[in-house]
Amino acid sequence: MAPMNSGAIQVKGEVLDVQRAGKYFVMSVTAPGLAELTQPGQFVTVSMGGEESSMILRRSFAIQRVQSRGMYGGTLEFVVSPVGKGTHWLTKLRRHDPLDLVGPLGKPFSLPTKAVSCVLVGGGYGSAPLIMLAESLRDRGCRVDTIIGASTEMKLYGELELKRVSTSLTLTTEDGTAGIQGRTTDALVTILDSAQVDVVYACGPMPMLASVAEESTARKVFSQCSVEESMACGIGVCMTCVLPVIGDDGVTRMLRSCVDGPVFRGDRVRWSDVGTIPDGALGKEVARS
Amino acid sequence: MTGAVIVTGKSAGVADDSSFDFTTNVGSLELNTPILTASGCAAAGRELDNYFDITAIGGIVTKSIMLAPRSGRATPRMAETPSGMLNSIGLQGPGVESFIENDLAWLQQRGARTIVSIAGGSADEFGKVAAKLRVAGGFDAIEVNISCPNVEDRGQVFACNAEAAAQVIQTVRRNSDNRIPIFAKLSPDVTDIVEIAASVAQAGANGVSVINTLLGMVIDTNSMRPALAGVTGGLSGPAIRPVAVRCIWQIRSALPDLPIIGMGGVRSGHDALEMVLAGANAVSVGTSIFNDPSAPMRIQNELEQELRSRGFSKFSQAVSYAHRDVDHTFQIAASTDVANHADEDWDFISE
Repeated sequence: MAPMNSGAIQVKGEVLDVQRAGKYFVMSVTAPGLAELTQPGQFVTVSMGGEESSMILRRSFAIQRVQSRGMYGGTLEFVVSPVGKGTHWLTKLRRHDPLDLVGPLGKPFSLPTKAVSCVLVGGGYGSAPLIMLAESLRDRGCRVDTIIGASTEMKLYGELELKRVSTSLTLTTEDGTAGIQGRTTDALVTILDSAQVDVVYACGPMPMLASVAEESTARKVFSQCSVEESMACGIGVCMTCVLPVIGDDGVTRMLRSCVDGPVFRGDRVRWSDVGTIPDGALGKEVARS
Repeated sequence: MTGAVIVTGKSAGVADDSSFDFTTNVGSLELNTPILTASGCAAAGRELDNYFDITAIGGIVTKSIMLAPRSGRATPRMAETPSGMLNSIGLQGPGVESFIENDLAWLQQRGARTIVSIAGGSADEFGKVAAKLRVAGGFDAIEVNISCPNVEDRGQVFACNAEAAAQVIQTVRRNSDNRIPIFAKLSPDVTDIVEIAASVAQAGANGVSVINTLLGMVIDTNSMRPALAGVTGGLSGPAIRPVAVRCIWQIRSALPDLPIIGMGGVRSGHDALEMVLAGANAVSVGTSIFNDPSAPMRIQNELEQELRSRGFSKFSQAVSYAHRDVDHTFQIAASTDVANHADEDWDFISE
């Protein structure tokens, strides 16, 4: 048996650039040896606040793109939404500040072996890993129709990058400040009902993923969803990031998003039961009085 | 309890290539180095093998395993706290049979020293898990996680009651190979941890693992509800280290010969040294693995440097060294009382 995450390594990286993008920040960092191994959908964890930090948990970020930049070796980019102490600290780093990185982690998106028709759906900064995915799909000759959405224009992410690598790009905002007023799933349903779609790839908030999976599965379209669960370790040892997933044997298990995911088959996740231990889950404790 | 060592200001200059004896005897458990992983922070070793050679540390203490597969609690299961975290996993695991077939087999094939942590909802369940492990073999010791709620006693935690703790340990001892050392993992959430340590030692534990997490709670001020689905959780990480050092110190003072595996917030070799000086014969690294997956190996290297720079040539010389000029008359007298009390009557063990 191979070890889990057998490609993952821990490296000392360095900040190259921090760029604001709407409500988000794009971090470019050196990650020698790590960037080269990355596949679309994988993530990296970063330790927060330096060696004596009181923030002991690493933060996880989907990898948006990797590059080989001569003098730096491999570099990678990820998007940060500054919502807490750790992410605020991270976005205040400057060029040449050191970072402790572990990756590439998690199961990547499964790529088609043939040139098929794909729809990519990104909610908020969940569109970041779709950039690397879209590039890989285009390299394989796939059609890539991308939908990105958010509550408002400032929370849309990746418009320019995704326009460049997609066959078509649709924007949605709930408040109508950009693109079509509505949700990404409204645009997805329109495409699913009007064109031949082979695979749907999605990354974003859980309610969006649940709808994407539901609409795709209802039309017998294969979907792959990258979830965002709160993680303490990111490497499969802490058991905090679990969600109920149905296996090939029909049994529901509480699987770890970090090593069994973050990409799951949309038709296998019990979306409405996320956050609970549903009845029938393997090893659910029988209530004792 | 420890041989005299002359520590001088000049000893910091000891050359790195001089020999250093890092072996430790934790009772009958002989380890090449004193650094272990802490239960629940290393799964069964496989996930960490990417980040350091898991056979190069003292051993892997596996996540507590129960008799049957177990889904654990709902999410959210964790919350970050200052220099620590709360967790409420609920002992998710595949059950002892799958553990033996997959995890233990892998550890054995990999050549890692293995301490299997076991858990149960009743003394009987602990005994059944131990019995299955005895048949399987292929491990070096058992750590008994008695910080579980006793389903037969209104969820009272075994580790918080000297008699219940002793009953679990005696049941595990009876169901285990005599050559396999048993360590009782103690909770700090007790009035007198020495009383519990004496009780489990009397019941057949070969040593104690000190400490498990402290019970804590966080309220999410956005939702204005408990942050964890399980409401309360175990506090771990550097925030609890002084509590662990205190518990190790108290047990070592009262029970000078009881093997102790120390744990609780160890983040550096310096932290590990503190526990060793307080009386730990080995040190487990837990939550720090979440911060730094290669922490056990790094801490092992740092501990060696910390010891060398203080003039120690053997790890064992440093164990309990902080006790060297301390008069423990009072504490030892107290512990004798406990031991005598524990001797009195064993009728409560009904099997």
